[in-house]
Amino acid sequence: MIELTVNGTKHQVDVVPEMPLLWVLRDELGLTSAKYGCGVAQCGACTVHIDGKAVRSCQSRIGEIAGKSVVTMEGLQNKDTNPVVQAWIAHQVPQCGYCQTGQIMQTISLLEHIPKPTDEQIDQVMSGNLCRCGTYPRIRTAIHAAAAKMAEK
Amino acid sequence: MGHMQPISRRAFLVGSAAVAGGIAFGSYGEAHQADLTSHGNPLTAGLGPNSASFNPWVEISPEKITLIAQHADIGQGVGSVQPIMIAEEMDLDPGQFEIRFAGPSPAYFNTGFAEELAPFLAADQSPAAEEARAAAFDSLRNSGLQMTGGSSTVPDTYEKLRVAGAVARETLKAAAAKRAGVAIADVRTQAGHVILPDGSKIPYVELAAEASKIPPVLDAKPRDPSQWRILGKPMTRLDVRSKAMGELKFGIDMKMDGMLFASVKLNPAKGQPLKSYNASKAQSMPGVKKILEIKNGVAVIATNSWYAMKAVEAIDCKWAPSAYPPEQADHWKNLEASFKPQFLGKEWRKIGDINAGLKDGTPIKAEYRAPYVAHQPLEPLNGVAIASDKGLEIWVGHQSPQAVQSIAAAAIGIKPEQVIFQNQWVGGSFGHRLEFENVRVLAEIANQMRGTPIKLIFSREEDFLQDIPRQISVGRYTGSVKKGKIVAADFKLAATAPFKGLLERMGAPSKDPDPQLAAGMWNMYYDIPNFRATSYEAQGLSPCTTWRSVGASTAGFFTESFIDELIHAAGLDPMKARIEMCTVPTYRKLLETLAEMSNWKGPLGKGKGRGVAFVESFGTPTAEVVDVTMTERGIRIDKVWVVADVGKVMDPVNFENQVQGGVIWGLGHAINCELTYAKGAAQQTNYNHHEAMRLYQCPVIEVRGLENDPKVRGVGEPPVPPAAPALANAIFAATGKRIREMPFNKFIDFV
Repeated sequence: MIELTVNGTKHQVDVVPEMPLLWVLRDELGLTSAKYGCGVAQCGACTVHIDGKAVRSCQSRIGEIAGKSVVTMEGLQNKDTNPVVQAWIAHQVPQCGYCQTGQIMQTISLLEHIPKPTDEQIDQVMSGNLCRCGTYPRIRTAIHAAAAKMAEK
Repeated sequence: MGHMQPISRRAFLVGSAAVAGGIAFGSYGEAHQADLTSHGNPLTAGLGPNSASFNPWVEISPEKITLIAQHADIGQGVGSVQPIMIAEEMDLDPGQFEIRFAGPSPAYFNTGFAEELAPFLAADQSPAAEEARAAAFDSLRNSGLQMTGGSSTVPDTYEKLRVAGAVARETLKAAAAKRAGVAIADVRTQAGHVILPDGSKIPYVELAAEASKIPPVLDAKPRDPSQWRILGKPMTRLDVRSKAMGELKFGIDMKMDGMLFASVKLNPAKGQPLKSYNASKAQSMPGVKKILEIKNGVAVIATNSWYAMKAVEAIDCKWAPSAYPPEQADHWKNLEASFKPQFLGKEWRKIGDINAGLKDGTPIKAEYRAPYVAHQPLEPLNGVAIASDKGLEIWVGHQSPQAVQSIAAAAIGIKPEQVIFQNQWVGGSFGHRLEFENVRVLAEIANQMRGTPIKLIFSREEDFLQDIPRQISVGRYTGSVKKGKIVAADFKLAATAPFKGLLERMGAPSKDPDPQLAAGMWNMYYDIPNFRATSYEAQGLSPCTTWRSVGASTAGFFTESFIDELIHAAGLDPMKARIEMCTVPTYRKLLETLAEMSNWKGPLGKGKGRGVAFVESFGTPTAEVVDVTMTERGIRIDKVWVVADVGKVMDPVNFENQVQGGVIWGLGHAINCELTYAKGAAQQTNYNHHEAMRLYQCPVIEVRGLENDPKVRGVGEPPVPPAAPALANAIFAATGKRIREMPFNKFIDFV
């Protein structure tokens, strides 16, 4: 049994320690907001927060993150009023939406580290998150909007 | 549940014969009106007590209102715009109704394909063209074909969903008037209620039982667009919030009690069988429950998708060889040898005297190439199914519900009507979910695991390996210029046939030439006195299918690049020449709008270049200007301007998002994507080999929608074809280098 904390709740899972966190979340715990896209850290659809940092959950072996705190989109505090989520809705970013939980989790982490990112900084941090529908112009706009909103507070 | 008639060739390829035969059809518009009830109402059978359904798109019970989305939502937003078209007419507000995807039924036949299937140019509104479209419409109705694709959702549903909503509204009004003993003319509707003359309000749901007992008001008319409350104005897509909250469940997110997880390894030589396998290593791997042999590969059933993927990877398989050349170089050789009479698809269009025209003036000649490309939406192929003695129930996101039934049924030897299909929200398609690789193997697996719900997920690598790609194509284009004018243009291309391939796999093979190989080539709207467009269909190559914008994605690149070459040779300005040569007034207006938006004033100079391209696909004329800068790190795409004329913009916000996405799709794949074969298998197996555009390369994209076209058109695909040639033309303007083959990064670096 491996113990981990997801969204503030402790879980015991009976899986091999090599299993990526993504598949523990999806198939063992039934938390499906983190998506499988590539399995090799090429798309960012599986992004979650581990101890407050954005991480590709397809690359995090469960045996190595025991004891750490995992947050998925399901467990975001005050999700409704989160400025990133609100900006995503206001600017209608999603098309198919499959990559967007990863985009949002990556953006939240970006804005925690760089509250007012430049376009170049957005390029650097967000280019690892693939969007096949091509919502990039809206992603960029929403990030700037969320940053501006957070600066008001 | 209804079932589709066998899809006849006639349904797809209504030739001139049907029209010439003098079959009498009503006008196209009248045919539209009559179709609401022609196949009955599939909702009637499932109605609960005291519930009403006036047509296949509206269901009202005492508890709730449900609006049916007949087209699959593959990210393009049709899960929102379809119910909103109904809600507009019913005076419903977002939040007052639920949305359900349609089950398979001929009642949901796609009328929108009529435009594409009639062998006339989109800009041709002549009586003969309209008659052919009416004939195509009639054939589609007979076939009952329910399919999402060809940018047809809004063209298909614009009339019928508004009529469906109007019928519901008027019938509810009639029920309320009857209850209150007042005249229908004295009641009105607002926000999900009928308002009586005394101001009292009756919620629609309270009228369900009474409305079900009166005849629907079938002659109800939709409102004039000037009266719209929601449509045509900025609105919030109904699925945006749940997607931004991470709450929307895609097909891959589905859960069932007792469900097990499956992964597959299939013959990478597409369509060929398994010869033998050794699973001794996989058998003892963690989480493995069962190893199954299926027709073209093996499957592992496990307690977790990752266990299944890992174990299936460890199975050693011996495969039957590919039916197409194992090495990519031979695919190109095959195409080069296909410009021969025995491979002729069709001479699609001929104007003037092409041979004389080519001899008159300075000859220009160029060869273009476009590779196979994968679809690879981010949600991999998947599905959930459970088989029993009664049949198969399958939950999968797909664009062809009836074909899912027939393919799944054929895979396990049952009847199509024994397959219950439940469509799912889809994480992208781009044409991928018109094919059946997941459906066939999921049916086989579930059938071997009867009683156990099975969730199948393709690994990304398997998804790439089984992706039936876009057509590969070679264009041989010749022309001539004289005294500052283009006097002749002769377009020939040899390609694999994507649409015919799809039809064949759906069980409806066609011997007619593939109309998608004409797209982007024959529908050229410039005044060139001598013109010819001819397709050749290569045989024996990789299976190919429809990829966002299909034929026009390759031929549009050839045509608009070559037109640019001719314009350059004639010493003309690329924008002004296109405007002056344009033969369709509304299309000319589109180009003029683009010139104004982009402030086109000729060459930019100083290492900068701008290119323009104009392609009509699926009836939607779309033109784009791309600006690039040659930097030390390569070409940077600075900005794109796009204009598309769709006759009527339903949702301006989603319109912009779709158009931007289409441009990004077109640019990204043109820059760096190809699918190549070695030893019969695709060599690209993840996004690092087939990347397309990432955020750092994405330009600013300015979009304008026009409403000058006489018909309502779609916009999912049309922004794709002009992107690649506009970029290539911009690179030429900046560097003097003509790139005639995709992907462009084989010839020039990009930032």
